[in-house]
Amino acid sequence: MKKIINVTINGDEYEIAVEPWKTLNEVLREQLNLTGTKLGCGTGDCGACTVLIDGKSVSSCLTLAVEVDGRSVETIEGLAESEDKLHPIQEAFIEKGAVQCGFCTPGMIMSTKFLLSKTPNPDENTIKKALDGNLCRCTGYYKIIDAIKYAAEKMK
Amino acid sequence: MSLPKFDYIAPKTLNELFELLDKYGERAKIKAGGTDLLIKMNNKVLRPEVIIGLKDIQELKFIKFDEKEGLRIGALATLSEVANNSVVKERYPSVAYAASVTATNQVRNMGTVIGNLCNAAPSADNAPALLALGAKAIIASRNGEKSIPLDEFFKGPGLTVLNSNEILKEVIAPIQSPNSFTVYKKLSPRSAVDIAIVNVGVSVEVKDNRFTNANIFLGAVAPIPLRAKKTEEYLKGKEVSENTIYEAGKVASSEASPITDVRSSQEYRKLMVEIITRRAILEAVDNIKN
Repeated sequence: MKKIINVTINGDEYEIAVEPWKTLNEVLREQLNLTGTKLGCGTGDCGACTVLIDGKSVSSCLTLAVEVDGRSVETIEGLAESEDKLHPIQEAFIEKGAVQCGFCTPGMIMSTKFLLSKTPNPDENTIKKALDGNLCRCTGYYKIIDAIKYAAEKMK
Repeated sequence: MSLPKFDYIAPKTLNELFELLDKYGERAKIKAGGTDLLIKMNNKVLRPEVIIGLKDIQELKFIKFDEKEGLRIGALATLSEVANNSVVKERYPSVAYAASVTATNQVRNMGTVIGNLCNAAPSADNAPALLALGAKAIIASRNGEKSIPLDEFFKGPGLTVLNSNEILKEVIAPIQSPNSFTVYKKLSPRSAVDIAIVNVGVSVEVKDNRFTNANIFLGAVAPIPLRAKKTEEYLKGKEVSENTIYEAGKVASSEASPITDVRSSQEYRKLMVEIITRRAILEAVDNIKN
């Protein structure tokens, strides 16, 4: 039986009916068409599905949608100020060439947002540790690290 | 990812929870972070009719410390909360460290220390340090609470002493002797994410340059976190020296009974038990001296 949840997603309030066995990832992508959040491994290893719940990074593939009732979810779609103005983290990833195929990018960016919210000036080791749950299979971690350092500067 | 169908209930109090556990018994599964449970359900290893979510039970959300009882970690304390808690970091650094090297940032923001114990993997990151600290497990049900040594909690891979009407409500790490120090060490192929090939929790007490007590638990080398009794006995009363610590590693290795699996061979595990036990004792001794 479906359950009604009230959830804030990217600042907008939603009242939606969800089946208890649906993950947040499924509801975001299939019910709300917010397909910026990806599904990779489905086991909490790859980080492609990362979103923020009440400001903390989580794997949306391991989150039950019924459990976000009353909470605030932020996805990659919520970052840009407008269609013309990207978020500084997004700009930094583009300017530093930290995107290749792009599949891991939304998760990388959400993990970066979580990191910079706690540590505005992270050193390289802190950045690496903050990305321990995000895999890139195109091989480009160094450009991602550069982009995060650059994003931190932009956001000062 | 597609989970088998189930109903979901989130009780608001422990009393409501215990009523639900009595009602559904084996047909229900309890969910805290869910980072192990949902994967098992996705793999169709588990097919509960009902998931009982603990998230709204405020009585389970705590990390407390006092000089009499020690450190109390409630069932809903997440791995990140334990890893970043200033008192845990200062008074029980091995517990904070173990939580900080469990899985990934995302999983640590969801998963709990207690959940990691209840999942009862032989390699569980959060077991060895708590065991070495002599932690107690507080088991609660409708009939009240009981306290058992955490050492008696594990029964096999994925198995614990918990009945279907009980929960592990909290773990308590007692106040430690000022002459003791506890260290957790983990060996895994990559520094992050990976499940341990072997891990160890070591707590030693040193007085007048002699080991007066030792608690040593080895992970991923037996069906449950293994108490290294011979190594503990070997250390007690011995002088703190490089040779004693070197030999202790050998004793620990002789006690371990690992298997060969996808992560490592039996031979490699036995050798690595020797190395990390030695390193953990050395680190504990260095911390006591300083």
